[in-house]
Amino acid sequence: MTYRVHVRVMPRATLLDPQGQAVEHALAALGFQEATHVRVGRAIELELNAASPDEAKARAEQMCEKLLANPVTEDYTLEVED
Amino acid sequence: MLRAAVVVFPGTNCDRETVRAAELAGAEAHVVWHRERDLRGADVVLLPGGFSYGDYLRSGAIARFSPVMEAVRRHAADGGPVLGICNGFQILCEAHLLPGALMRNARLTYVSRPVRLRVENADTPFTCEYRKGDILVMPVGHGEGRFVADAETVRRLEGEGRVVVRYVTAEGEPEGPASPNGSVNDIAGICNDQGNVVGLMPHPDRAADPAVGPADGAGFFRSMIHWLAGTRAR
Repeated sequence: MTYRVHVRVMPRATLLDPQGQAVEHALAALGFQEATHVRVGRAIELELNAASPDEAKARAEQMCEKLLANPVTEDYTLEVED
Repeated sequence: MLRAAVVVFPGTNCDRETVRAAELAGAEAHVVWHRERDLRGADVVLLPGGFSYGDYLRSGAIARFSPVMEAVRRHAADGGPVLGICNGFQILCEAHLLPGALMRNARLTYVSRPVRLRVENADTPFTCEYRKGDILVMPVGHGEGRFVADAETVRRLEGEGRVVVRYVTAEGEPEGPASPNGSVNDIAGICNDQGNVVGLMPHPDRAADPAVGPADGAGFFRSMIHWLAGTRAR
């Protein structure tokens, strides 16, 4: 069965995120002063064949650990779509 | 004669100056394509700067899985000297041959300018020609050079003398907010716990030929020769 996986990779909250800061300043300049704590990450979508949603999730987690996220600087969440 | 392997990935663009710098120091340098699995008798591995795999995903993240990296890993595990310059440093961090990571510069801009470095560890295969405290000037050219690591790793790097070079001002003080990229503790280069794997963001390869400018970086390449000959400069 083919599962679609949505991976969300974000810079670790304790680390400086200059992209998030720049976007926050730009939003403020456009009049959206209410936007705070802006952070910029990365979304990755992929499809994979697996026997079950659990297997799909386990494989996708391995992909995140090995390549898609850097364990030193980033955290990830993933969602498996049936 | 010392044999240096200069590894080229798709997108590497500092291989020529790295070969030239090694040759000027008196080494024989050969280029190894990233699909190769054999370093062809290399005594030293040099990972040059550039944009391997277009910096896709993260700088160095994909190069890390090239076939040649298994040979580089074995060479390093056997105590062989490895130097990563700029993108080479990023690859070594992604490959976990060095701790930490290199993130987007704090002010987001690509920084291309000379920097002042202080030698903090003159006991590696690439810095033994210098003296601790020497001030060197050489260029940086990077968008993702902000060295980060967790507090415990930084404490260990500092405590074990594994910060090899640090960004400093003309007075020799840490650059602080003026640093090119916002690295923690102004760290510009580090080594592994054995000292044989060294990575730095600045480019000694671009400051190694007195015919075209200052040559403060030439010592990195002369050091490897003296280190291997067992005739330490000092």
